[in-house]
Amino acid sequence: MSRRPIKAVAIGASAGAVQALQAILPRLPVGYPLPVVVVVHVPSDRSNVLLPLFQAKCRITVKEAEDKEPVVGGVIYFAPSDYHVLIEADGAFALSSDEAVNYSRPSIDVLFESAADAYGPGLVGVILTGANHDGAAGLKAIVDAGGMAIVENPVGAYASAMPEAAIEASSAATIMNLDAIASYLSSLGTA
Amino acid sequence: MSEKIEDLEIQLLLEALFQRYHYDFRHYARASIKRRLIQARDQLGFASISALQDRVLHDPAMLPRLLDYLTVQVSEMFRDPTYFRALREKVLPHLRTYPSLKVWIAGSSAGEELYSLAILFREEGLYDRTLFYATDINPEALRAAEAGAYPIDRIRKFTENHQKSGGRSSLSDYYTAAYGRAVFDKTLRDRVVFSDHSLVTDAVFAEMHLISCRNVMIYFDRALQDRAIGLFRDSLARKGFLGLGSKESLRFSAHATGFSDFVPEEKIYQRREL
Ligand SMILES: C[S@@+](CC[C@H](N)C(=O)[O-])C[C@H]1O[C@@H](n2cnc3c(N)ncnc32)[C@H](O)[C@@H]1O
Repeated sequence: MSRRPIKAVAIGASAGAVQALQAILPRLPVGYPLPVVVVVHVPSDRSNVLLPLFQAKCRITVKEAEDKEPVVGGVIYFAPSDYHVLIEADGAFALSSDEAVNYSRPSIDVLFESAADAYGPGLVGVILTGANHDGAAGLKAIVDAGGMAIVENPVGAYASAMPEAAIEASSAATIMNLDAIASYLSSLGTA
Repeated sequence: MSEKIEDLEIQLLLEALFQRYHYDFRHYARASIKRRLIQARDQLGFASISALQDRVLHDPAMLPRLLDYLTVQVSEMFRDPTYFRALREKVLPHLRTYPSLKVWIAGSSAGEELYSLAILFREEGLYDRTLFYATDINPEALRAAEAGAYPIDRIRKFTENHQKSGGRSSLSDYYTAAYGRAVFDKTLRDRVVFSDHSLVTDAVFAEMHLISCRNVMIYFDRALQDRAIGLFRDSLARKGFLGLGSKESLRFSAHATGFSDFVPEEKIYQRREL
C-alpha cells in the first residue's frame, strides 16, 4: 500500500452496522491523528442511539457532526439522523436536508462525494455491511480523486449487497475482513 | 484537474445568476450547491455547467427550472414535532400577553411550516390577533404555499406529527380532500402575507414577535449566516423569539450575544437587550 499522506477516513454502513463498527472503532488508539466520519442509515425519527453506545466503547472522542464545525483529527463524527453530512473544501462540515439519496438521509454517497472533493488523494473510504447500494458511487468518486477504497469482504458481511455494489463500482477497492480493516485504520498515521 | 474546472464553472455560473437576475448564491455552502448543480446539469441534459450557464443567461424561462435545483424544497408539516410542542407550551404563553402579534416564517418553502404555525395559533386562540409573513426566494414555492394543497399521501405523516406536537384538534378539521390532494382551509391564510424576500439581499420589513426560520441557514456559509441572524435580531421586538432548525444554532454566530437560550434543545432563542 502506498504511503501517501492520509488526512481523513470516511466510513459508510447500513444493515448490521452496529456490530461491524464495534469491531473497528473501539480499536482506534488514543492520540489517533485522523478525523473519522461515519454515516450509518438509522430511522429518521429517532435521536442518534449510536452515540452513547460508541462513546462508552471508544478510546477517542465520539460526537455528532455539527453544521460549520471544523473537522479535526482524533474525533469520530457520526452523521445526525435525517440530515446529509458534507465536507467543504475548507475542511468544515455542512449539513443539508436535501431529498433522500438511495432512500437514505443521511446518505453515504453524499458524504463520500464531497469528502473526495475536499481531501482528494488524502482520503480513505470504507464501505461496510448493508442491504442497499448506497456508497457505491461515492466510493468510485474517492478512487477517481486518487483516494483509497476499502470494502468489507461480502462473504463475511452481515448483509452483502452494499459491499458487493461498492466492489462492482470500484474494481480498485481493497477487500478486507473487519479485523484487517480495524488493524489497517489503527495503523494509519502511527507509522 | 477536471474537478478544478468544474469549480471555476460553478463560480462563474453563480456570478452570472447574480449579475443577470440578482439571485445571490455566491455564499451558499459550496459542497451542496455543487452537488445540486451537477444534478441540474445532468437532469436538464447539459454537457457542462458552462453550457447550462449559457442557456440561463439567454433564456429567462430556464431560471425557474434552475431555481428548483438551487433552492431545496424539502419540508413537512409539524416537522420535528417537539419544536412545535415547545412553541405551544413555552413560547405561546408569553405571546398571549400581547394584543397583536407578528410572525415571520422565513424560507417557508411550499407552506408546510406556515400552515403548521397557523393551526397551532388557532388551536391556542391566538390566530385572530396574529399577522403572518411567509417569505421565500422561490416564486414557485410561494405560489404553492398560497394554494395550500398537498398530495394526499403526505397527510398521514402530517397528522402523526400534528398529534405528537400536542395538537388539540384533528388535522382533518383543517383540510378537504379532493382529487388526490388535501386543500387547507382558506381561513388559515386570511391573515397571511406571502412575499418574495431574500435573507441574503433584502432588509428588515416589519417588527416581529416570533421568527421561525428552519433549515435555511445550513445552506449558507458562515458570513451569510451572520447576515441573516443580524437581520433577525434587527427584526425582532423586545424579547421576541427566534426558532431555528434542529441542527442549526447560534453557537458559531457573531450575533450569539444578541440572544439568550430559551429552549436550547429545540433551538429556540429570545432576543436579549444589550
Ligand atoms: C429546506 S427548505 C426549508 C423549509 C422549511 N422551513 C422547513 O424547515 O421545513 C429551504 C427553503 O429556504 C429557501 N431559501 C433559500 N435561500 C433563501 C434566501 N436567501 N432567503 C429566503 N429563503 C431562502 C428555499 O427556497 C427553500 O424553500
